[in-house]
Amino acid sequence: MIKRAKRADRIATVVICFFAMLIVALLVGLLGYILVRGLGHINWHFLTSTPQMIRGGGGIGPQLFNSVFLLILTLIITVPLGWGGGIYMAEYARGGRLTHLIRLVVEVLSSFPSIVIGLFGLLVLVNTLGLGFSLLAGSMALAVFNLPLMVRTTEQAFRAVPKEQKEAGYALGLSKWKIITSILLPVALPSLITGTILASGRIFGEAAALMFTAGMSSPPLDFTDWNPLSARSPINPLRPAETLAVHIWKVNSEGLAPDAKEIAAGASAVLVILILGFNLAARWLGRAAYRKFTAAKRMD
Amino acid sequence: MGQMGKDAALNQGVKNRKRREKHYWEDWIGRIYTSICVVVLLVVIVSIVFFVSSKGLATFLENGVRLREFFTGTRWSPDESFGALPFITGSFAVTLLAALIAGPLSLCAALFMTEILPGRGKRILQPAVELLSGIPSVVYGFIGLTVIVPFIRDYIGGQGFGILAGCLVLSVMILPTITSIMADALASLRGGLRESSLALGATRWQTIYRVVIPTVLPALLTGIVLGMARAFGEALAVQMVIGNAPHIPSSLTESAATLTSTITLSMGNTAMGSVHNNALWSMALVLLAMTFVFVILVRLLERRNRI
Repeated sequence: MIKRAKRADRIATVVICFFAMLIVALLVGLLGYILVRGLGHINWHFLTSTPQMIRGGGGIGPQLFNSVFLLILTLIITVPLGWGGGIYMAEYARGGRLTHLIRLVVEVLSSFPSIVIGLFGLLVLVNTLGLGFSLLAGSMALAVFNLPLMVRTTEQAFRAVPKEQKEAGYALGLSKWKIITSILLPVALPSLITGTILASGRIFGEAAALMFTAGMSSPPLDFTDWNPLSARSPINPLRPAETLAVHIWKVNSEGLAPDAKEIAAGASAVLVILILGFNLAARWLGRAAYRKFTAAKRMD
Repeated sequence: MGQMGKDAALNQGVKNRKRREKHYWEDWIGRIYTSICVVVLLVVIVSIVFFVSSKGLATFLENGVRLREFFTGTRWSPDESFGALPFITGSFAVTLLAALIAGPLSLCAALFMTEILPGRGKRILQPAVELLSGIPSVVYGFIGLTVIVPFIRDYIGGQGFGILAGCLVLSVMILPTITSIMADALASLRGGLRESSLALGATRWQTIYRVVIPTVLPALLTGIVLGMARAFGEALAVQMVIGNAPHIPSSLTESAATLTSTITLSMGNTAMGSVHNNALWSMALVLLAMTFVFVILVRLLERRNRI
């Protein structure tokens, strides 16, 4: 009886360890595959030249620019709204019915499929508001996609601030808002920044919400023209903008170029490298901030 | 009290009032600003539900497509027949199969992190899981297209596209979601339970499956439900590997379609307002409704968890 139990214990341990290691192997395999397949295709020409739909040798220059620019636009919209919402939830919400409702709303919003957000953008932003397929519509859709996450991380960051900090502020006779902006915000800032960077990684790889809002094409861009009102300017918010992630999908689904697979592999590698960069940056910043505020040697 | 004193007191009073006014201002600014942010959230969700519903219901209210036809019909042809059953079946099939594959795997990973090697296991697996969740869905789709589909074609049979390829890709995609929730649940187990079981002479495995897992079961299931919600709504990765044939497949390696893959492919090539287009919006409405179902399930499980 005891022998059997011990044998079962050993078997279970081996099985659990095996599957856990399998996941690590899976990750290493995935990353290795993407990088090995894609890195060979990445060079300066590929990163800067325009894509070709029919002939080979196309690059991903405009798409790369669009991805980064869209990310910046989205953060401009999301950060004030998301941080504000998070501050409300942490400092002003009174735990009544309304708070429960808002919590439910945040939960539902964060579990909406991104394609539904994209369709909503198509219907409301692109058609009803008449923005057309544009950077503006795309960044608004991404903001919807990103808001719940921002609100949640902000709330957690503010709740993690020690109570004494707030009490000290009240003792000095400061107003609530002054305490939030001058005392709590600086302390919560490291985790806010970490959360924002991680969210950026998510935005960067998002495609389904963008296909129908930022569009699936990119007009010929003139990088010497920085007037946001002209049609060929890269920073014109009303021009369509295909991002890197959307481009990968398009090349795979309807790519006619002979080197479509290589382009997709190269673009995937670029995307993954950038997201790895985001992840490492967030981790490093989080650690540095953690050390600074707690004088701890290591973070587990 | 002389004139000087009075003046000073008056000055002090004015100063105090000013300071108070500044406080009032500051507080009102803060309250109004944060409230506006929350109101934006509410407006967004209400408008999403309203707009998608109004378009999705138009199929049945204006175009006269019968509800029964939509939910049980198996023929989908863009001008006369709108049976969405193949897509609904496809969506549920890939979701359930992905959960069946990813659930046990995630449980193993979570147990490894909390029970087998607490501390060190977390340091190995946590970054891996986080990185997996960071890989964008189009990249998963691309890998599915270039690795999984040819593999199935060569070694299992069929064209390679289909439910099998779809659920394999999805199971890797939802692994991180499920694992992190399960690991949190296991880590939050009340102190003493584990130790008491071990003190009674139970082996580690007996402790895990007789004490630990039953205690945190609702939270573990929450992880699986949230993973399923992700799988159900995933569009592009599935679209790349499922084959996109609008019929109910007879085997796992036969080309099929899901709600999301059909919307992805057809939304761009149909005219706004046509019956075909409205039917696609009805599918989006089904996705929306399923999101609410998943959220309600999670809430019910959380309620079980508190007791």
